[in-house]
Amino acid sequence: MGKRNYMNPYLAGVLLGLVLLAAMFFSGRGLGASGGIKYTVVALVGAVDKQHAMESPYYSKYFENGERPLKNWLALEVFGMVLGGFISGALSHRLKLKIEKSPKISNKKRLAFAFLGGAFFVYGAQLARGCTSGAALSGMAVLSVAGFVTMIAIFGSAYLFAWFFRSLWI
Amino acid sequence: MGPLSILSEFPEWMNLLIAFVIGIGFGFALEQAGFSSSRKLAGMFYGYDTTVLKVFFTAAIVALAGSQLLSFFGLLNLKLVFVNPYYMNATIIGGVIMGAGFIIGGFCPGTGISALSIGKIDAMFYLLGGMFGAFLFAETYPYILTLANENYKGPMRIDEWMGVSSGVFTLILIVVAVALFWIAELAEKKFKRADITNEI
Repeated sequence: MGKRNYMNPYLAGVLLGLVLLAAMFFSGRGLGASGGIKYTVVALVGAVDKQHAMESPYYSKYFENGERPLKNWLALEVFGMVLGGFISGALSHRLKLKIEKSPKISNKKRLAFAFLGGAFFVYGAQLARGCTSGAALSGMAVLSVAGFVTMIAIFGSAYLFAWFFRSLWI
Repeated sequence: MGPLSILSEFPEWMNLLIAFVIGIGFGFALEQAGFSSSRKLAGMFYGYDTTVLKVFFTAAIVALAGSQLLSFFGLLNLKLVFVNPYYMNATIIGGVIMGAGFIIGGFCPGTGISALSIGKIDAMFYLLGGMFGAFLFAETYPYILTLANENYKGPMRIDEWMGVSSGVFTLILIVVAVALFWIAELAEKKFKRADITNEI
């Protein structure tokens, strides 16, 4: 199999920008990703222990007025993302079950750090009210200070920590 | 005139259908950009691949300039578009935690979903970790209420804060982005890692 070609990054950026513009034009809002993960957890907790969900100051707001956590804009957008990524992967011949990692580390190490990184990222995203998509990218497109500060904090912090975790990547 | 779903009072199913279709476009664009590869994303922080910066800033500028053009021609009422509220302490501390998660896990939530959609097993673990993070946040929420809500500034706008018009700010951002793209191209040459970029 030959080298897999990705789209030119500036062209991909224009495409992503137009998708974000469409979200603003059609729905009056930006894109999101961590919110979809949150709604999945809220739905799971609600299914496993409804009483705990209703008593918690955090979960209960997603069940008010008989609302269902997976029946909202962000959750549907995230379902669409999985399909869109799959279509792109199929067209570019990139569909493959695999663990991607540096050859210098073991599969186990990569998976453990992936789990840990996910936990950190989504915890931070809940605190900051959005991740790279919902707070940084969408926030910058509407000129919100929160968007610019989130972007600088995420990238600044990643550069700061990159030295400590370089053995995972280079 | 937009936002269509607000001004035309679309039924709920139509809003959800729009969300799903926009999600398809979002997932497609991320995967085409190469954001389904953690080693490509991590390149941003070691200099050998700066796709993240190029895609991110191009997208932000297209949406920003595009929405202002639509507003100028009376096609979009920007007052009805959501502006992120600014909780100063939570945004900064949350952002720092997210940055650590980025370099430890190799993804952000959106790119993790993109990688999952083409079969990356590490992305599956990343998203399981993400669900654990959301769970942990919900359970610790009562104890961090002060941090989460301190220094609330409302939906504050950067152009107003700087005292310039939105058009002038957009121009400044474009100039900054072009300078960053130039630095990024230089970095890719200086920190070149053919052994990694040939694999991803």
